[in-house]
Amino acid sequence: MPRKTMVEAIRDAMDVSMQRDDNVVVFGEDVGYFGGVFRCTQGLQQKFGTSRCFDTPINELGIVGVAVGMAAYGLRPCVEIQFADYMYPAYDQIVSEAARLRYRSNGQFTAPLVVRMPTGGGIFGGQTHSQSPEALFTHVAGLKTVVPSNPYDAKGLLIAAIEDNDPVIFLEPKRLYNGPFDGHHDRPVTPWAKHAQGEVPDGHYTVPLGKAAVRRAGTAVTVLAYGTMVFVAEAAVADIGIDAEIIDLRTLLPYDLETIAASVEKTGRCVVVHEATLTSGFGAELSALVQEHCFYSLEAPVVRVTGWDTPYPHAQEWDYFPGPARVGRALKAVMEA
Amino acid sequence: MSDQGPLSFHVPAPAVRPGGTPDFSDVKISRAGLVRRPEVDVAPEDIRDLAYSIIRVLNREGEAVGPWANLLSNEELLEGLRHMMTLRAFDARMQMAQRQGKTSFYMQHMGEEAVSCAFRKALEPGDMNFPTYRQAGLLIASGYPMLDMMCQIYSNELDPLKGRQLPVMYSSREHGFFSISGNLATQFVQAVGWAMASAMKRDTKVAAGWIGDGSTAESDFHAALVFASTYKAPVVLNIVNNQWAISTFQGIARGGSGTFAARGLGFGMPALRVDGNDYLAVHAVGRWAVERARRNLGPTLIEYVTYRVGAHSTSDDPAAYRPKAESDAWPLGDPVLRLKHYLIRQGAWSEDRHKQAEAEILASVIAVQKEAESHGTLHSGPHPSARDMFEGVYEETPSHLRRQRQQAGI
Repeated sequence: MPRKTMVEAIRDAMDVSMQRDDNVVVFGEDVGYFGGVFRCTQGLQQKFGTSRCFDTPINELGIVGVAVGMAAYGLRPCVEIQFADYMYPAYDQIVSEAARLRYRSNGQFTAPLVVRMPTGGGIFGGQTHSQSPEALFTHVAGLKTVVPSNPYDAKGLLIAAIEDNDPVIFLEPKRLYNGPFDGHHDRPVTPWAKHAQGEVPDGHYTVPLGKAAVRRAGTAVTVLAYGTMVFVAEAAVADIGIDAEIIDLRTLLPYDLETIAASVEKTGRCVVVHEATLTSGFGAELSALVQEHCFYSLEAPVVRVTGWDTPYPHAQEWDYFPGPARVGRALKAVMEA
Repeated sequence: MSDQGPLSFHVPAPAVRPGGTPDFSDVKISRAGLVRRPEVDVAPEDIRDLAYSIIRVLNREGEAVGPWANLLSNEELLEGLRHMMTLRAFDARMQMAQRQGKTSFYMQHMGEEAVSCAFRKALEPGDMNFPTYRQAGLLIASGYPMLDMMCQIYSNELDPLKGRQLPVMYSSREHGFFSISGNLATQFVQAVGWAMASAMKRDTKVAAGWIGDGSTAESDFHAALVFASTYKAPVVLNIVNNQWAISTFQGIARGGSGTFAARGLGFGMPALRVDGNDYLAVHAVGRWAVERARRNLGPTLIEYVTYRVGAHSTSDDPAAYRPKAESDAWPLGDPVLRLKHYLIRQGAWSEDRHKQAEAEILASVIAVQKEAESHGTLHSGPHPSARDMFEGVYEETPSHLRRQRQQAGI
C-alpha cells in the first residue's frame, strides 16, 4: 500500500473529492499557484483550474464569508486558514453564520463547508503559529470539530468532512505533517513512510466523523487524547511501562461518548491530554463527561495534562509543551491515587 | 519639541441634536435629471464623480426627467406604488402589534420603502439578495406571502422558521432572500461569495448585498469590497444611507470619505449615489448595476440616500437623539407621495383612487393579520414546539443533543 505523509494524505483527500464532485472548491492564502505554505494544495490548481482552486487576499473574514455565500449557492468550499492562530477575524463568520445557517433558516440554506487550519505547536512558531483553539469551536452549536492524528485518518476524515452537510472545522496538527512526533523533541522523528499509519489507500474512502479509535488497548488507565498528543501518550506509556488504553478521539464534536465511557468503565482511571491551555479547554468537557457518566467506576480523580494557561511561548516551547515526561508523571499519579 | 502645541482629538457630531432646528443644508442635492447615465461598460475611473452626486429622476413638479427616466411603464409604476403602500400598511400594523404585546420586536421601513421595492424589480428570478432587516420590500415586491411574514413575526405555529429567529429576520430561498442574521454586515461578503460561485459555475445569476450606513464601518464591508474587486464578482453592493445608525449619525461611520459611495473608488469599482426616495431612480440605477453584473462587467457599489423616518426598532426613541421634526425637513421627501404625485400628473392615478387603494390595502393587511393571529402570537395560542428547538442544529441530531432533549423531557 502507498505510504504518504499527512500533507500528501490531506492533498489526496481534496484531489479525490474534487474529482468526484465539481462543487468542491479549494481556496485560501497562498493556496492556489504555490500550493499552500505547508504544500497541502500543491498541484490542485494545475489539475483542476483556477475556478476550483485559487489564491485569496489576506483576509480570513473574507475567506470564510465568501465560503458561506458559496455554500448557500450550492458549492462545497474547503478553505484553508494558513494557521489556526489567524482564524480570529473569521470567527464571527464561523460562529454566527456558518454554524447557525441551517438552524436559523430552518434548512432553506445550509453551510456544507470545511475550514482547514494547521494547529498546535512544536515547531518554534511562537504565540501566533502554535495555538490550539479547538475549544473555541467545540463550544459552538452547529459546528463539527475534527483533529486527525495520522495520514490514514486525515484523508478519510477530510473526505468525510467535505461530504458532510454541516460546517466542519478541520484542525491539522502541523507537527504531525511529516511524521508521528511523540514529544521527544531531542530524538529524530520517524517519517510517516516508516509508520503503519502512513499507509494511505488510493482513491475514495472515509473515516466516519464522531467515532474515536482505540490506539492501544489496555486495562490500567484510559488516556483520552487527540492529534499530536496521541503519540505523546504512546511514548509516555512506553516510557513508564504501564498497560494504558489510549483513545484517539479524532472528532471532538460530536464526541464518541460510547467509546470513552466503555474504556473508563473498564479501567476505572482516566487521564486527559491536550496541548491547548487548561482552563475551559476541551479537557474540561471530557473530564466532566467522564465524571457524569462513569463516576461509580472511577478509582481516582480524572487528571488533565495540558499546555499552561499562558500564551504559547517561543524559547520556552518545551517547558510549555505537555511532553511524555509530564504525561508519564500524571499516569503514575493516577495509578497511585 | 514641536511648536505646534498639543494634539486635539476629533469626534464628529451631527449639526443638530434634540431641541435644535433640523438642518440638512450640508446634504448637497443634485437637480433631478442632471446626472449623466453612462454605458454599463464604462471604465470605473471615468465616472468617479458619480460617487459624489445624487442621481434623481423625479423632480419637485412630479415629472420624470433626465437620462435615467422612462424605464418603467405606468402599469409597472402603479404596481410599485402598491408595493410601497403595502409595506407601509404592513409596518403600521406590525408596529402596533408589537406595542400590543403580540411579539417582542419590530423594525419598520417608513421613508425607505422605495429602496427595496424598486430594486427588487431590477432582478430576475434566481438572483439572490443578502438583505438587512430593513429590506422587507424585497419580499413584498417578489410576491412572498404576507401571511408567512406575519407568522414569522409572531413566532407562531406557522412560522416558517419554527420560532428560532427574532421577528423580521425572514428567510426565503425561493424568493431570492437570504436568511437574515441580525449580526450586522456579515451578509455583505456572503453576497460576494454567492456571486463568485455563480461565476465559477458559469451560471447567469447575480447577487445583491445590502448594508446600512452605520455597518459599512464593519470589517465585513471592506472584506466584501476586496473580494468583489479582486474577482470582479457579479454582485451589486447596496448601501442604504438612512442617516442614522440607532442614535449614531452617519458621520461616525463615514469619517472623512465624503460619501459612502466614495468608499468604492479605491477598489476600482463603479460607485453611484442615488436618491433613495425616488422609486424611478432607485430602479434605474439598480437595473444599470444588475446589467453590469450580468454582462460579467463586475461589481457596482450603490449608495441610496434616504432617511429613516421611524425609530431604528421598537427598542429606541429617536426623540432622545435627533430633533423631532427632522424627518419633515428631509429634503428628498416621501417616496410614496413622490411616486403618487408623478402618477397623478401622468393621468394614471388620482387622489380618490389613492385613498381607495389605501383603504383596500389596509383591509387586506388586516385580513391577513387576523388569519396569522388565529395561528398564535408570541405569548398566546399555538406556537412552535420545544422539540423544534432541538431540530436543525445539524442535518442529523447527534447523540449529545438527543440526550439533552431527553433531559428536557421532550
